[in-house]
Amino acid sequence: MPLTTERLQDAYRQMLVIRKFEEAIRNLYQAGKIRGSFHPCVGQEATAVGGCWALRPDDYMTCTYRGHGQAIAKGLSVRAAMAEMLGKVTGCSKGKGGSMHFTDPSVGLLGANAIVAAGVPHAAGAALASQLQKKDTVALAFFGEGAVNQGVFLESLNLAVIWKLPLILVCENNLYSEMTPSHETTSVVETHKRASSFGFKSIQIDGNDIETVYDAVEQAATRARDGGGPTYIEAMTYRLWGHMMGDPEVYRTKKEVVKARENEPILRLGRQLLKLGCEDADLSRLAEEAEAIITDALQFAESSPLPEPADAFTDVFI
Amino acid sequence: MPTITYAQALNDALREEMKIDPRVFLMGEDIGHHGGIFRVTKDLFDEFGADRVRDTPISESSFVGLGIGAAMAGMRPVVELLFMDFALVAADQIVNQAAKLRYMSGGMVSVPIVIRAQQGGGRGNGAQHSQSFESWLAQVPGLIVVAPSTPADAKGLLKSSIRAGNPVVFIEHKLLYNTKGEVPEDDYAIPIGKAEIKRDGRDLTIVSYSRTLLLALEAAEILSQKGIEAEVIDLRTIEPLDMDTILESIRGTGRLLVVHEAHSNCGLGAEIITRVGEQAPDRLIGPARRLGAKHVPIPVAEPLENAVLPQTDDIVRAVEAMF
Repeated sequence: MPLTTERLQDAYRQMLVIRKFEEAIRNLYQAGKIRGSFHPCVGQEATAVGGCWALRPDDYMTCTYRGHGQAIAKGLSVRAAMAEMLGKVTGCSKGKGGSMHFTDPSVGLLGANAIVAAGVPHAAGAALASQLQKKDTVALAFFGEGAVNQGVFLESLNLAVIWKLPLILVCENNLYSEMTPSHETTSVVETHKRASSFGFKSIQIDGNDIETVYDAVEQAATRARDGGGPTYIEAMTYRLWGHMMGDPEVYRTKKEVVKARENEPILRLGRQLLKLGCEDADLSRLAEEAEAIITDALQFAESSPLPEPADAFTDVFI
Repeated sequence: MPTITYAQALNDALREEMKIDPRVFLMGEDIGHHGGIFRVTKDLFDEFGADRVRDTPISESSFVGLGIGAAMAGMRPVVELLFMDFALVAADQIVNQAAKLRYMSGGMVSVPIVIRAQQGGGRGNGAQHSQSFESWLAQVPGLIVVAPSTPADAKGLLKSSIRAGNPVVFIEHKLLYNTKGEVPEDDYAIPIGKAEIKRDGRDLTIVSYSRTLLLALEAAEILSQKGIEAEVIDLRTIEPLDMDTILESIRGTGRLLVVHEAHSNCGLGAEIITRVGEQAPDRLIGPARRLGAKHVPIPVAEPLENAVLPQTDDIVRAVEAMF
């Protein structure tokens, strides 16, 4: 079922929460309050929200270090995410995981991963578990087109097809593998063609249009639940910020980024909502609500305590 | 107690755990129809079906990864690597993933996976099919590493490993599968992290595990004829290491030799001897020694392989040099 206008407004707010989350992290990073690296997902909010909202809460999801938006869209608490960025004990991983490892199994989030394709077999394994347990849950793995040249990705494509797993692979093709244009490093850069050569049902979609993403993932999830096997969705999108903080972005022109901004997903959904009868005031209200969620999360995270040194020695084993 | 082979003991452990716990399932190369190259999964395909005894493609990285995902989603996979050497093909999934996902999530997920593999030389399988990796694996926080030497320990430790709820690398040895021993018929489990004294002795302590444990016992009999009584400790678990049993033994013997088939360089012998130095330096009356593979890849021809891997005679000579 397509998203209603009301749900699209919720989605607009959710996408703004993700955008503002990343903006807040950038500010904190520049203020020296974030340890480690930060890989923003700005410009890729439609895949996150459209993809996750087409799943059920008990469906599984894995993603990569560019997965803040996906984790939040799947249901990770924004407070817990913000606290994790600041290394606080109230963070989703109590300060042990940081930016690249958001995890919350209670919302089906099995984990973001710092190895670009490593979460793909994990999602496939969760899909296998659903199959063995005779449940109708499905698993979705988000990854970038930079992941399609890791061996484990190709191996997992094969296994997903031969075992007909209830798996959805969503490739966010944002054109750049870290700091190199993907067409320079990838033999078949339209990655959905690779997947179809493995026997996947495989499509390429406009990943900056949330309704398109939602519909594609919903259809794939239905198919997977019905025993139809895995689907590969290549969602074309664009990374508006660099690979990470400090990326000089020598691989692209400013002009290219300016042009891409005209097609970015939040702007587009705003235009769509106006067409559907919403008013500018509605959009402003949604933006304020998103801002309030971030302000609250920041306050929560800043006022939370740091972990104790002794906490470093827990949570290795059950 | 019936006398059965090491391979049969493992087979029994898998069958019993699969009967007890519907979450347990197996994945690996040639484990289904074929029953495994060392027959460890013999007949299980017929008994439990293709869903629970899954033949995989030759894709170690992905099927270990699938095991991890299934474990996080409530299953208890037992994944077989055909040779331990192939753990390197799946190294990211074992080291960066299985070992760390629980910690990196602040304890939110658990990864109850058992990764079984046979390792070691002695059959002329060459440098990519004969290695021993327990020191590497034990260096990774988040992995439990076990290496039983007898059929009874193999069965009891495999059952404990499946029930552990944590990632376990279960090390077998290709030359142990046909060895025989008495195995209790009742449902028993051997606790992880507990060594066992396999032979009492007063003159020195030999610490070993897996196949070289059997060589150490052989050497102890030869030494006994020469008037040296060796106490032989079978570690059984590599990580966590049971230092208490070692320290207690050397309190009586005052001498320590660690024997393993893995390369000596940066190996478990170095670790154990260092810990003895740190924790009980005054219990030794002579320098501790270690014996492991010499620092070259494992060759094929018999005289070459025997020259590289520790043999019973090497253990005897090493002990005699300590007196």
